[in-house]
Amino acid sequence: MQRHGPTVLRVCRAVLGPTAADDAWSETFLAALRAYPKLRPGSNLEAWLVTIAHRKAIDHLRAESRRAVPVGDLPEQPSTSPLPGGWESDLWAALKELPPKQRAAVAYHYLAGLPYADVADVLGGSPEAARRAGADGIAALRRTYPHTPHVRGDEGEAS
Amino acid sequence: MTTARQNSGVRDLFAVLPETDEDAQRRLHARLVAEAGRAGVLDVAYRTVDTPLGALLLAATGKGLVRVAYAREDHDAVLEQLANSISPRVLHAPARLDLAADELEEYFAGRRTGFDLPLDLRLSSGFRRTVLSHLSDIAYGSTASYAAVAAAAGNPKAVRAVGTACATNPLPVVLPCHRVIRSDGVLGQYVGGADAKHALLTLETAA
Repeated sequence: MQRHGPTVLRVCRAVLGPTAADDAWSETFLAALRAYPKLRPGSNLEAWLVTIAHRKAIDHLRAESRRAVPVGDLPEQPSTSPLPGGWESDLWAALKELPPKQRAAVAYHYLAGLPYADVADVLGGSPEAARRAGADGIAALRRTYPHTPHVRGDEGEAS
Repeated sequence: MTTARQNSGVRDLFAVLPETDEDAQRRLHARLVAEAGRAGVLDVAYRTVDTPLGALLLAATGKGLVRVAYAREDHDAVLEQLANSISPRVLHAPARLDLAADELEEYFAGRRTGFDLPLDLRLSSGFRRTVLSHLSDIAYGSTASYAAVAAAAGNPKAVRAVGTACATNPLPVVLPCHRVIRSDGVLGQYVGGADAKHALLTLETAA
């Protein structure tokens, strides 16, 4: 189970951003430890962990939207010390603009490596819908995220 | 086993998001161990300790030290066995094994002749367990024959069973099956290998 720690953290970060990812990761693995004895032998551990992480992420997103209502401008995340130019500032800014379903589909398929059939099991809906959400998410990221591969690869120098 | 399975077409898109963030993993793992302990869902804690005989795997339940394993037993395989036989809630939690690690370190430095640790003998049962419970009667620096141990365990004819009990000792070094040798003085086999048995007995006679 510990082998999947880094992947699950990456997924939590992509879905929730730097602030909530740590909590979601911890909640995911604690819940997994609780439920582990009931897991059927031979189950796909990573898909199972992503499923739990998805539920924890939904809890966080709900809590965030509840908190967001009375506050006017969200304060900049204070305690996570984002590195200038690091993923916390640019990539997360782009990911944050995606609809949650697209963000989740992108993370579970491209970062956790789950096939779209499994992504659909996690998200609900059909594999085709999951595939569409993933593809739309990637397309949107390519438009909004500044560090697209062809910029770096072709020019030799990022603008 | 998990490798980067990320679709290469989007790898650059996520290049800045580290595949492994060692600092974060260490921090989160420590937090998980603490929270799992409080929640009562950490059933087996483990760590390794470096010794002159290579890395030893130590594993403990809430009751005490449950397993010591040599590298030749394949630590991953041993952890898998623990997950199957005790509980899948197995976590790397070194601090829970500090005492055992300290005592083993002292033993290998020749500064300790006996172990004073809570033990969990659940991985051994029946006559094998009876045999194990008699091993600590063999004094540091001395040896006993398989036949003598069989007699001490209440079944003088069970010499071969004593050999099996030693070969399957879940707590080698701590329960000193290395002090059990053949009646003709030949050291015989050992779960850590014949060289390890020789090294342990040499350590004990030199101290």
